[in-house]
Amino acid sequence: MKAKIYISYKEGILDPQGKTVSHALDAIGIKKINSVRMGKYIEMEFNGISKDKASEITDESCRKLLANPNTETYSFEIVEE
Amino acid sequence: MHFAVIVFPGSNCDHDAYHVFRHILEVPVDFVWHKETKLNKYDAIIIPGGFSYGDYLRTGAIARFSPVMESVIKEARTGKPVFGICNGFQILIESGLLPGALIINRDVRFLSQDVTLEVDSIDSIYTRSLKKGHKLTMPIAHKQGNFIADENTLKMLEDEDRIAFRYSKDKNGNPNGSTNRIAGILNKKRNVLGMMPHPERAVESILGSDDGIDIFKSMIGIA
Repeated sequence: MKAKIYISYKEGILDPQGKTVSHALDAIGIKKINSVRMGKYIEMEFNGISKDKASEITDESCRKLLANPNTETYSFEIVEE
Repeated sequence: MHFAVIVFPGSNCDHDAYHVFRHILEVPVDFVWHKETKLNKYDAIIIPGGFSYGDYLRTGAIARFSPVMESVIKEARTGKPVFGICNGFQILIESGLLPGALIINRDVRFLSQDVTLEVDSIDSIYTRSLKKGHKLTMPIAHKQGNFIADENTLKMLEDEDRIAFRYSKDKNGNPNGSTNRIAGILNKKRNVLGMMPHPERAVESILGSDDGIDIFKSMIGIA
């Protein structure tokens, strides 16, 4: 079982990296993109626990360490392999 | 005044800070490894700059959970001076001792250059011997030093006179793009200071500037 975790900047938080990538995409001729926001993708693997337990552990990990509540939001999905 | 300089895996300005106290101010100072859990014998704590834990995940995010941080937080709550410089500032924010966040610089680059700071609040142990508006030159060396905070936090910092240092108003004065030109902030009790620029690297004229020494002299009460 695996947790797929997505961490992104909260709305209203400046994302200079996303902005730079957006300019670069425009510069190479890829148009029609409104905005680019950069975030993080994290995978965690579990063995021998229930989906609920995995979800609980993932949520605690995000709250306590993986995401900064001041600037970031997170979401995740638990997938069976 | 007995100083502790906390050392994390990846700290790299710990020796600069140690040098200030041991060799320039000639006051007692110890390196304290991050696995230590007792800090009660020290009168002030320095969280130095560097790249603790390789800046993995977020700057300061992993160091914040080092064993020593519980004691740092405890001592800070009793009113003991805790001074975080650069990565130390990032760690203090992650640990909740200071508000806001330090995100990647406006131009998405690591910046290593001198900056001019303006002393803003003089109501702290760190700035009590300085004059408001006084200009200090010292280096910055960081990629995540762009200070941001939500509107309420910014208003609180401004209203409570908790901005110790700002980058100067000059063109190119605020190279990382910090909100309100904020370079260093105090906690509510005014005993915790975090700043991105490096006063400990500007303590002897041979280093290009000795403006930083005034902050440390202020701490130990010699103007």
